[in-house]
Amino acid sequence: MTPTALIEKARRLREDFPILARTHPSGRPLIYFDNAATAQKPRVVIERLASFLAHENANIHRGVHWLSQEATHLYEKARETIQHFIGAASPEEIVFVRGATEGINLIAQGLRRSYFQPGDEIILSTLEHHANIVPWQIVAEELPLCLRPLPLTPEGAIDISALPDFISPKTRLIAISHTSNALGTRTAIEEIVALAKTYEIPVLLDACQSVVHEPIDVQKLPVDFLVFSGHKLYGPTGIGVVYMRALWGRKLPPYQGGGDMILRVSWEKTRYAPPPAKFEAGTPAIAEAIGLSTAIQYLTEVVGYDFIQAYEAYLTDVAESILKSIPGLTLYGTARPKSPIWSFGLEGVHPHDLGTFLDSWGIAIRVGHHCAQPLMDALGVPATARLSLAFYNLPEELQILGQALQAAHDFFHKPISSLSHER
Amino acid sequence: MNAELENLYRELILEHSRYPRNYGRLSEPTHQAEGYNPLCGDQVYLTLQVKGDTLTDIRFEGQSCAICKASASVMTHLVKGQPLAQIEQLYEAFHELLTSENPPPLSHTLPLYQDYLMAFAAVRNYPMRVKCATLPWHTLHAALHEKHHEPVSTENL
Repeated sequence: MTPTALIEKARRLREDFPILARTHPSGRPLIYFDNAATAQKPRVVIERLASFLAHENANIHRGVHWLSQEATHLYEKARETIQHFIGAASPEEIVFVRGATEGINLIAQGLRRSYFQPGDEIILSTLEHHANIVPWQIVAEELPLCLRPLPLTPEGAIDISALPDFISPKTRLIAISHTSNALGTRTAIEEIVALAKTYEIPVLLDACQSVVHEPIDVQKLPVDFLVFSGHKLYGPTGIGVVYMRALWGRKLPPYQGGGDMILRVSWEKTRYAPPPAKFEAGTPAIAEAIGLSTAIQYLTEVVGYDFIQAYEAYLTDVAESILKSIPGLTLYGTARPKSPIWSFGLEGVHPHDLGTFLDSWGIAIRVGHHCAQPLMDALGVPATARLSLAFYNLPEELQILGQALQAAHDFFHKPISSLSHER
Repeated sequence: MNAELENLYRELILEHSRYPRNYGRLSEPTHQAEGYNPLCGDQVYLTLQVKGDTLTDIRFEGQSCAICKASASVMTHLVKGQPLAQIEQLYEAFHELLTSENPPPLSHTLPLYQDYLMAFAAVRNYPMRVKCATLPWHTLHAALHEKHHEPVSTENL
């Protein structure tokens, strides 16, 4: 597709997102550049949630009435949609959780009670989101375990060359981001998985950011665990996915106890249901799981990863030429390949002041540490500004960002006319 | 340029953030405290010299946004050499100005400070930024009241 054709398709797809028609209180159009925090929802997802609640709502799995059977069917169909989406061998390998954070906690607690021994080592990386740090720290303190973060290259990618030195006989897990939420840099996960296989070390992949921008197939990329959140994938909040290879589903104990995760409860001995029910205690987010499956269908059938990748490559060129034209702007994490996410700093302007300034232009970006404080420490900055794009963003929005960044630079560097207050 | 933004980043705020007063650290403070806003990473470190009932000297340092840095600079400028009771009054006036639903007019006992404090009044319209402005004052309050075993966090206030 030519750039013109790509932009035209993006313009058509924008129409699917009602929120993008909103205007900032100043009257300026909303420019939504905070997609890595959460993506906006297409009308089909919004309508699917509403129609489930209006016409199909019932609790699942236990009801003998037709409405419950229908809801159960829809919920389990949603699981199958996700199974096919990531190439899992069976729906039993797909566990619904609240989000990737809960997913990693589920895995960490399960491994703690069935797999880790005191003194074991887990390899992480310097650029992990707090969701892939803190659950391991909690487990590590209890056992104890040793957490070993892989360093970064100067360009902000995980330094794979360090991995052989990090692997020891005590290494029991590699838990790593596919794509950095703060920098957009993509991990050479294929190499990590290949090396991990030779040492028989299981791999957990945090695919929250990557699955938005590239298709994932767990047969081609044979990780043991994979997590992602629905709301970053144009689906509802409150729903996320854990993929765990069948052998782990059998091995891991339940995460929470309650209804729906049991075969038989008695005071003497309670027997648990097989996976995935074993990990889904209580009434799950039924409407949200169905909504997520609709988002995935929209993404794969209406939008298409071919389009996403072609158009985002085009937007990346536009964004980088604009960002690089701003005086005093420093880009963090320039390694390739990358997703359309950039962390940057503007000389003499704190990211929070920049965030407020851009907001007055109707531009929503994220400023702060992006839940990746060890990464900020490694970069030597307290915070950054982050631009993150989706397939509904347009090149003219990036042009406005460029003007706003230039204006911010000028505003915060303008000469102080009167030093009226004594120094 | 948008008027609201001009109002938020008044010249006094831009000037103090760029040329902060009393920046640094006292070598032998009688009081000190660290303030931290975990949401945005603003960090303020205060060292104080108190003699009797008077704050004779104060320095601040830390990494923070323009609002927070200007607030810390203005604060140190206002409180240096002041009796502790007066500082308490200033602290309460500033806190009220930024956080109460209907802030009372600044007390007539504080006319000298009116311009300085009112420069921050527009921060009220930016709820996410209020803590940037109040962090230095909370940190000062904690330093004077010896609550400095743990860094002051804007999330425990």
